[in-house]
Amino acid sequence: MSATATALTAKDFATPQEVRWCPGCGDYAILKTMTRVLAEVGARPEKTVFVSGIGCSSRFPYYVETYGFHTIHGRAPAVATGLKLAQPDLDVWVVTGDGDGLSIGGNHLLHALRRNVGLKILLFNNEVYGLTKGQYSPTSRPGTRSPSTPGGSFDAPVAPGLFALGAGARFIARGVDVDKTGLGSVLAAAHAFEGAAFVEIFQNCIVYNDDVFSAFTSKERAADAQIHVRHGEPLVFGEGGRKGLAFDVKTMRLAIVDAEQRRGDVLNHDETNATLAQLLLAMAPPEFPVALGVVYRNPAESFEKQFYARYPNGLERTASVADVLRRTSTWRVK
Amino acid sequence: MTDDIDSESIVVRFAGDSGDGVQLMGTQFVAATALAGSDFATFPDYPAEIRAPAGTTFGVSAYQINLGAGPITTAGDAPRVLVAFNPAALKVNLPSIERGALIVLNTDSFTSRGLAKAGYDQDPRKSGALDGYQVVELDIAKLAAEAVASFGLSKSDAGRCKNFWALGLVQWMFGHDTSAVEEWVRVKFASNESIRDANLAALAAGHAYGETAELTAAIPHLRTARAKFPPGEYRGVRGSEALALGIAAAGELAGRSVVFCSYPITPASPLLHRLARMGDLGVGVFQAEDEIAAVCAAIGASYGGAIGVTSSSGPGIALKTEAIGLAINAELPLLVVDSQRGGPSTGLPTKTEQSDLYQAVYGRNADAPLPVVAARSPSDCFETAIEAVRIALRHMTPVFLLTDGYLANAAEPWRIPDMADYAPIETNAARADQPRAAGELPIFDRDPESLGRPWITPGMPGLMHRIGGLEKDIRTGHISYDADNHQAMTQLRADKVAAVAKFIPEQQVDLGADHGDLAVIGWGSTFGALYQAVRAVSRQGGRVSLIHVRYLNPFPPNLAELLSRFERVLVAEMNMGQLATLLRDKLGVQPTQLNKVTGQPFLISEVVAAIQRELQHVQGAQKPSAVNATYGGGR
Repeated sequence: MSATATALTAKDFATPQEVRWCPGCGDYAILKTMTRVLAEVGARPEKTVFVSGIGCSSRFPYYVETYGFHTIHGRAPAVATGLKLAQPDLDVWVVTGDGDGLSIGGNHLLHALRRNVGLKILLFNNEVYGLTKGQYSPTSRPGTRSPSTPGGSFDAPVAPGLFALGAGARFIARGVDVDKTGLGSVLAAAHAFEGAAFVEIFQNCIVYNDDVFSAFTSKERAADAQIHVRHGEPLVFGEGGRKGLAFDVKTMRLAIVDAEQRRGDVLNHDETNATLAQLLLAMAPPEFPVALGVVYRNPAESFEKQFYARYPNGLERTASVADVLRRTSTWRVK
Repeated sequence: MTDDIDSESIVVRFAGDSGDGVQLMGTQFVAATALAGSDFATFPDYPAEIRAPAGTTFGVSAYQINLGAGPITTAGDAPRVLVAFNPAALKVNLPSIERGALIVLNTDSFTSRGLAKAGYDQDPRKSGALDGYQVVELDIAKLAAEAVASFGLSKSDAGRCKNFWALGLVQWMFGHDTSAVEEWVRVKFASNESIRDANLAALAAGHAYGETAELTAAIPHLRTARAKFPPGEYRGVRGSEALALGIAAAGELAGRSVVFCSYPITPASPLLHRLARMGDLGVGVFQAEDEIAAVCAAIGASYGGAIGVTSSSGPGIALKTEAIGLAINAELPLLVVDSQRGGPSTGLPTKTEQSDLYQAVYGRNADAPLPVVAARSPSDCFETAIEAVRIALRHMTPVFLLTDGYLANAAEPWRIPDMADYAPIETNAARADQPRAAGELPIFDRDPESLGRPWITPGMPGLMHRIGGLEKDIRTGHISYDADNHQAMTQLRADKVAAVAKFIPEQQVDLGADHGDLAVIGWGSTFGALYQAVRAVSRQGGRVSLIHVRYLNPFPPNLAELLSRFERVLVAEMNMGQLATLLRDKLGVQPTQLNKVTGQPFLISEVVAAIQRELQHVQGAQKPSAVNATYGGGR
């Protein structure tokens, strides 16, 4: 392969492997957007790695013509961290799900985010365990009936975006599986981010949890139930952008206002503001729209950069073992 | 009047409160011992509590050294000399020292309060508890304080000089030159002149006290024979340090970076601390969030082309188990260092036990074989680490290296290895000559001898591929649920580990003939005690040999044949019989066993007794010769 990169297309990132998700699975749409974005951002296949754990989403690496490592349940962030330490210049994507990333692997996700390891972490949230046939997951809403909760689940779910913010993530974005444009721009932004980029993707599981997000993803409701946030622009949504988000200082909560009548009260999105991010990530239908796009982006030096800065010459040797063996008192026997 | 001691070797133990500077005194004494041309082995014994109350028995810290003519392979069973800084140190150590031993006693804390804190009802000096011992009573605290009076130190700082005063005295007793310790003090305390000068004065005063007292013969001379070392350049080394250097050396020999990923755990952490200071040797250190993350990050690093190393102790290794299986399946190199400790569960974190041979050899889901090696002595950790990495890279497999807390902390003299003596560590290149269908890649073109695959890593153009924990096609590496393929892959994984035996040296006899009445078999840190025990019995005519095994899975190919040349086989190990099980399982050998799980290393005397018993069986009516109850090692 020549040093000057030839332009690649989405097709160049497709593998000959037969894709084995259920027909109609949201993962197909994500895969399609991903390969398109890889081509658009000029990713080099040999410098790109997809690392996954276990679950439906974790089959993703088999279908992308890059390097790929399908590891064990929940541990993809840890494997990917080690890979970044060995080769900090690689583009490393972690593909995980709500069970893989927030249940069995919650600890690793927490630490990859707070360390700000340069990983692009895609969490496919479908609020269910698909591969093991439909048990409720840590993001399932209370009352979810499943084979393991025939009477309905009762434990409170974890909110992935708020979890990431609490963990100290510096890039938090959201997209919907079938939203090519919105998800595409989020993935491109994640690719460009230096540290840990956390992307929650609302992914429909057609078999075990169909339409679980339809309250805000269905065509009829999308306009009123989604807000696509853009840094520096007013937080407006709804038909023609007639609704806006304002901050109610009395309740310390967001409020929905008429964007035309109360233009001055509508907040502008500030992606560097963690407090605003917290308010946006906590919004849920039916009262509020779901915030999509780059909700929070506040760059800091990546873990691997700081790691390498602590060594005299990266991890290149500057001393020989023969010398170091003698860095102590020695004596000669004749 | 005291009696001088002349012996081939002498075991000395320094004991005091955690704050008495006993460990520092011990390590400095070792440096002088080395310069005096003695062989030595040491064993530091720290209190389990981080900060135990002063003057109590739980707060006693000790440092034992066995020095003299070699080969000295253990820190010795029972000290011949005890230097005790307080009543608690005397109380804790009196039961383990030799009858008639020389006891140098610092008397300043033998007050009613000091005695009570140690749990003494009456003063042992007056109760008859010390009858039969040679006791030298000195108010070391007062003598040291007088020596440093002119330096204007606070009372507590002046009190801290007593270890140097005692060290000066002990050096005089052994006829050691103090210049090496003086030099160390000058460097160590360069930034604080008054402390530096006070310590030097205390050292000199202790030494001078011995000289002055010589006239009255109040302080005995201690004399050992000089060791006969092969010529060369030497240094002292602890096991954890040798292991760290060995890992760094393996990286240098392979021309790769090392990424060491670990989570703090006793007694494995010293390795983490050592490697954290070896960045200039191409070693990166990552302290992970947990044991699983540590092994996974090491696997990720190996996947990226660095030498991934993880380290832990029994409970932590258990957590890593699933990920080790991933490395087996993905055919990635990985070094897993297991600093064993007493178990099960949390067990005895600070105590030594050969607890994890089963876990290393058998401890994974499904048929998941991997090579296992064990280090036998502090300096051997260096060799074993290089060997382990060599196997990992040649066969593209995780490798277990077993060590323990005893080895990590023990020290011995070490002829500095010449790095030119080590062959470079090779990896398998992609085999271009293999016939290959269009679109197929050389990812799993295994070397026909080692069955190791090429190490193809992200960043290499044109070789993009996917690997993972799912079963894969034996040829292409694509996911495969095919029945025959799984059979073939399982066989391949077994064959690959078996293939290691083709590359390792034949098992040698470490001591004695290659045939005889009894073979004593051991592995790991028991080497020193087994060596001395076999030596002692064979000196008295016993037809016994020592076979100490480094390669535990697979065994060296000649091991079964070698063992067949002995009437009986005794496996001595600090567990309930894990190597014995392995020998029965893999070689069909039927050994007898000597097992000890007290958290303490073998005493030479215990092993001698077991050898005698075994020889009795062989010799039938023939009576074995009597053997002393205790062996100081080398005497």
